[in-house]
Amino acid sequence: MNDNLIINGIEIKSRLFLGTGKFGDDSLIPKCIEESGAHIVTVAIRRVDFNSNTDNITQHLPKDCILMPNTHGARNAEEAVRIARLGRAAGCGDWVKIEVVSDSKYLLPDNDETLKATEILVKEGFIVMPYMTPDLYAARRMRDAGAASVMPLGAPIGTNKGFRTREMVEIMCNELDIPVVVDAGIGKPSEAAECMEAGAAAVLVNTAIATAADPVLMAKAFGEAVRAGRNAYLAGPGAVKTIAEGSTPLTGFLR
Amino acid sequence: MRIKLNGEETEITAGMTLLDILNDKNIDPGTIIAEVDEVILKPEEFGSCMLHEGSVVEILKFVGGG
Repeated sequence: MNDNLIINGIEIKSRLFLGTGKFGDDSLIPKCIEESGAHIVTVAIRRVDFNSNTDNITQHLPKDCILMPNTHGARNAEEAVRIARLGRAAGCGDWVKIEVVSDSKYLLPDNDETLKATEILVKEGFIVMPYMTPDLYAARRMRDAGAASVMPLGAPIGTNKGFRTREMVEIMCNELDIPVVVDAGIGKPSEAAECMEAGAAAVLVNTAIATAADPVLMAKAFGEAVRAGRNAYLAGPGAVKTIAEGSTPLTGFLR
Repeated sequence: MRIKLNGEETEITAGMTLLDILNDKNIDPGTIIAEVDEVILKPEEFGSCMLHEGSVVEILKFVGGG
């Protein structure tokens, strides 16, 4: 059975997307990519610090990765569009994760501004993946504007709180005909598996891997969990019951 | 002459191009993204982009991010 993830007509080899922020040692990133199998990898764009000689993050990324710059730092659609255009100017392709956040406490994405940026960037030929607060109506509007997927948060960025938005995201998975990628807040591989069991097309993880005691082993665990969760979804779990029902036949008892 | 470079007022020699700035700061042009006066430059334009008094220059790169 071909269960490949296809986004914008492109086959994505893994349903785990990897964020590259917060790593204490960027040289671990290629090992995390290898162990997890991640294919789509996110990066951010920042001013060069002339007083510091830090590496360019892209030198740590395998050439066959799909690089997806985010628009982190954008507080509105206009800033997101500018950052997206800058990212594409680096020559790494047309993918962009729209991230528009003006709330510095919870880092919640602004769906209205994200929609505006989506509309503009789709017209400019970007493959747009909007990070959003779970909302079926907003997701439909982004879909109608041409977004390649929607990326609802699982919990606020960096909190490792898990799949707190399950109910709303599950509705989105059931009702939308574009990939739903849970992004942010997923803290453990079991939570990533839960996202996939709920019907998500993929999961984006950064903090939980980058800040683990062993990021490479954690990346491997997340890769396995995403595959397990997807297989469980496809296998069709049994019904949840209130009253117990034994697993062993009720005949032939030894009395 | 004075330009704004990555948000900081900076004194440069008149007639410098963007590529001159990169060379001066030992930055590999292949690793950065450049914007001058809100226009994103193609790499092949770095050597011909002459800066002027008050130019607003942004030199950016990819960093880790989620």
